[in-house]
Amino acid sequence: MRSLIDIADLSVSEIDALIAKAQDIIANPEKYAEKCHRRKLATLFYEPSTRTRLSFESAMLELGGQVIGFSEAQSSSASKGESVADTARVISCFADIIAMRHPMEGAPRVAAMNASIPVINAGDGGHNHPTQTLTDLLTIKREKGRLDHMTVGCCGDLKFGRTVHSLLGAMSRYEGVDFVLISPEELKVPEHVRTDILKARNVSYRETESLQEAMPELDVLYMTRVQRERFISEADYVRLKDTYILTPDKLETAKPDLAILHPLPRVNEISVAIDKDPRACYFKQVLNGKFIRMALILMLLEVE
Amino acid sequence: MLIGTIVDGIVIDHIPAGRGMELYRYLELDKLQCEVALIKNAPSGKLGKKDILKVNEVIDLNFDLLGYIDPHITVNIIRNGQRVEKRHPDLPETIRGVIRCKNPRCITSCEQELEHIFKLTDRENRVYRCIYCDTKAK
Repeated sequence: MRSLIDIADLSVSEIDALIAKAQDIIANPEKYAEKCHRRKLATLFYEPSTRTRLSFESAMLELGGQVIGFSEAQSSSASKGESVADTARVISCFADIIAMRHPMEGAPRVAAMNASIPVINAGDGGHNHPTQTLTDLLTIKREKGRLDHMTVGCCGDLKFGRTVHSLLGAMSRYEGVDFVLISPEELKVPEHVRTDILKARNVSYRETESLQEAMPELDVLYMTRVQRERFISEADYVRLKDTYILTPDKLETAKPDLAILHPLPRVNEISVAIDKDPRACYFKQVLNGKFIRMALILMLLEVE
Repeated sequence: MLIGTIVDGIVIDHIPAGRGMELYRYLELDKLQCEVALIKNAPSGKLGKKDILKVNEVIDLNFDLLGYIDPHITVNIIRNGQRVEKRHPDLPETIRGVIRCKNPRCITSCEQELEHIFKLTDRENRVYRCIYCDTKAK
């Protein structure tokens, strides 16, 4: 029995197989409509996350399965003080697979160690969110036709953005991927990402503060939000905030086949004027999230 | 400085200078009834300075813990005044229930019953990380 807690739990060939399965689901949805008949997904969401929860639930429903669960800790036994381990054991009696979101880092790992059914980490605080990374990879694959030999720009908050760290970890396992890390000094990738991923894997990367300077070389642009509370100085925030807002004029030098991704929710870091640009992929990304979660549920339930 | 000779017991040698007391606490040597000596900053040809622990009784040692402190530590088992065994601990793959995760956002910080487990993630630099939140052990 397998669980998915960290994207690093999956080998490159397993990721490729999941992406291939998701693409087959997209091409032949009817083939998968009853694959999880009489199977139940329990969505254990200890903090609200509408998009991720609904994505998991619609994935299971489209596989012909059913969904049970809760969407906030207050409506679960956690409010009575039940441990994550006990909840996992109890839910194992009712469901076939668990998707868990929890504000504390490592909670889904605890669940996986105690459940007798597969557990999917649907986000544990600022730590891991492997299905977001799978979503990003499927989107890049669908948009570019490949996951190797390209230049990927990550822009915005690269210090606290867990989605960026996971994407760097996953994409750096593919050949010929160059990274351009675009952020203010205050929000550069943390040292552990630099040493454990970029340097350890001998990844080609460069860092810049200028999105416009990096734009012409990018095949993929992964945007994240620069939040006011991350800055020590208000003056620095005011000086830099507009630099990392993607507007049509900043796209003038971009490649015509650039793919713009964002994990959402967006606040103001991508102008709505970009939404109609064919290079904007962030809403397609949401749809891809459902397909890759369908593929993942099938894999973990060992349904062919 | 003279410390009495051990007849039956253990000498934990080549402890990095300054870490003897930490090891004393981890091994819970304060709970023993027998004689225990901690020698700090003893001269060492190999290390310059070292700490030494002498325990006047043969006790079970947690070699994973010793390996975590330093795999170059030497454990000498003494019987009838003679050294009958000399061992070096291995760098353990996992450390359970010894070091604690300091990350306030880690699930171990709010679920008190959870065992703190650390995994070796970088053998060369002896880096251990919490299996739950990946925080580096300090």
